[in-house]
Order: sequence, then structure tokens, then C-alpha cells
Amino acid sequence: MSVTETSGEPAPLSTDEFVNGLWKQNPVFVQALGMCSVLAVSNTAINALAMGLATMTVLVLSNLAVSLLRNQIPREVRIVTYILIIASLVTIIDRLIQAISIDLHRALGAFISLIVVNCIILGRAEGFASTNGPWRSLCDALGMGLGFVLALFCLGAVRELVGSGSLFGIQLLGERYQGWTVMLLPPGGFFVLAGWLILFRFLGSRFAAPFSRRRGAT
Amino acid sequence: MNDESLWTIFIGSSLINNFVLAYFLGLCPFLGVSGRLTTALRMGLAVTLVMLVASACAYGLRALLEAVNAPYLNLISLIAVIASTVQLLEMAVRKFSPALFRALGIFLPLITTNCAILAVALFQTSRGYGLLQSLVFALGAGVGFTLALVLMAGLRERLALNQTPDVVKGAALTLLLAGILSLCFMGFSGLGG
Repeated sequence: MSVTETSGEPAPLSTDEFVNGLWKQNPVFVQALGMCSVLAVSNTAINALAMGLATMTVLVLSNLAVSLLRNQIPREVRIVTYILIIASLVTIIDRLIQAISIDLHRALGAFISLIVVNCIILGRAEGFASTNGPWRSLCDALGMGLGFVLALFCLGAVRELVGSGSLFGIQLLGERYQGWTVMLLPPGGFFVLAGWLILFRFLGSRFAAPFSRRRGAT
Repeated sequence: MNDESLWTIFIGSSLINNFVLAYFLGLCPFLGVSGRLTTALRMGLAVTLVMLVASACAYGLRALLEAVNAPYLNLISLIAVIASTVQLLEMAVRKFSPALFRALGIFLPLITTNCAILAVALFQTSRGYGLLQSLVFALGAGVGFTLALVLMAGLRERLALNQTPDVVKGAALTLLLAGILSLCFMGFSGLGG
């Protein structure tokens, strides 16, 4: 993407939005949004994946709904309308998970309901879907949602692997591996997320550095 | 009905299961406004106030929804009630105490989307607390939130003067600090049984 995205420019392709959410503007690692659910349920890979998929579904549906209704919603009450749309969708998802797996529902607990106040969803509804068409909003939501799933999975996999030596409940590091229990507890969540943020920042600066140096020389 | 003593609930929600450091709730303001001590204190105050009001509302709302037999409306009505309560509270504070209103500033309306508030309402419902228990739970949660925010602001004010590597600056550093704070708070887990 060499073209800088301003409102006056022609609209970029929808694949750009997709990749944008997945990597360049990754909601968790780059924008640091939606941290609450990210940290709370990422103690095992399967929980993290389920939570990520639930959030992504809500994000996609809410972006689509908001985008379709964007000309009907009065400006003054738009935030409340968005929140009500999101809350209805979350209630549906909550019931759905309860129907599919009661164990998973118990493990995720109140955090499914808390998807309502996930800043990513309201942020995309207000920041993107309210001014763009359904197709582009859908692509944007898919990209952001997958970025979120990716981030949650990275976090959950590392925490489970280090904390109990397994991945998706399968022992990987051998029977004699002494689990690093603190990684499954709250502090571990903070440390692992900090580690990923540092890694992302480091990679970003590593890849950006040659360009800025060249620009500085000329 | 839950029969935990009020003191246990208070210690539990403020220290042992601190909302920020053990449940990861309200992390956005925790990362966002913990840069300065005074703003952190005001934010904590505002959140505590809204938590108390929201907790009382949630208790009434649950009784009402059980009466009309529509528990699936719980989430939708809770979020609507919290949003309008915050709005009302903002007007009331502006009318009765302009000084407090100025002190809280932009933070009051922002609290609507703070997950800690909704979590207080959801947890007290799922644990079956009575009215008084709910209020104490909300107060404990608010105090815990303020404590975490103020501690973090103090640490960050000190760190701002130190030299840190470029890659760590910003959110990552705050998260590392939060991890260490969270480790410290795990020491409280022996309290109250």
C-alpha cells in the first residue's frame, strides 16, 4: 500500500482492508484494543480460539448491520443504537455457545457477555461501518476479526505451552516438564502480551529502519 | 441467595480478585489514563461512583426481569440502563456539584463502555448477591480499581524520568509493570480464606 489513505483518495481494494486488519493495524498487537477479553480467557489455546471466534462473529455481523442501517440511524443516538445492536448479537452468540458446549460456556463465563463492551467492535462500527458500504465493512470486519483471533491464539498457545507443556490439551513437552504455573495465572497474561507487543514493535522497527535510513541519507 | 459476609466480599473484590489485576477488567482506562497521579485518582473516583449506581440498578433490573420472566433480555437491558444512568449521573453531578463535575471531566461519559462496570453487574447477578452485598461488592471493586490505577500512575511517573529501551516504550512497558503488580496482588490470596 503505497497510497496514503485519506478521505479524498479513491477507495482502496477490499483486500487491502482485509490485510490491514490482519497485520498492519492488528487490533491487539498494534492498536492495543480489546485487552480485557484477550488477557482474561487466553490461558489455554482452545479457550482463546473460541473467544476469538465468538468476538469475530459478533464483529462481522455488527459491522454488516451497522453498515446496512447507516442511513437510517439518526446521528444523535447512533452510539446507543450500535450498543443495542451489539448487545442483541452477543445475546444470540451467548445462547449459541451454551447450546454447543456447556463446558466451554462455563470456562469463558461472563466474558462472553463482556464482548458487548469490547472496544474493537464499537470502534469498528463507529470508525468504519458507519461511513462505508456493506461489502467493504464486511471485509474490514473479517480482517480485524481474524487479526483478533490470531492475536488471541498467539497468546493462548504460548501461555498453555509454557504453563502446562501442552497445546489444545495434548502434551507436547513430555511428561517430565514442570509447568510454569504463573503463566496460566493473571501475571503471566500480562507478561506474555508484553512480550508479543515488544516482538511486534521490534519487527516493525527492523523492517521500517532501512527505509527511514535511506530517506535520511538523500 | 449467597450468604458471604460483607467483609469477605469487600476484601475479595478489592484485593484478592482485583478487577484490573486478576480479572483484567477495565484495562483500557488502566492503560490510557494511568500516566498522571491526579487524573488516575479522579478516574478511579468516577468509576467507583458509577459502579455503585449501576450495581443498585442491576439489582432492581434483575428482580424486574425475573418478575416478567424474560432473563434473555438481561444483557440488553443492563447495557441500556448503564448507559442512561451514566448520562443521568452526569447531569446530576453537573447540577449539584460543579466542582466535582469539572474534576471528573471527560471521564464520566467514557465510563459507559468500561467493561468493569458491566462486569460488576453481571458478576453480582451470577453470584446471587443481595442488595447490600451487591453494593459492598461494587464498592470493593471500585476501591480495587482506584488502588490499581493509582499504584500504576505512581510507578509510571517515576519511570518517565528513567531511560528505557525504545522497543519497550508505551503499552508494553505498562503491561510489564501491570504483570509485576499483579504478582504482588497474588500475595493477598491468603486473606479472608
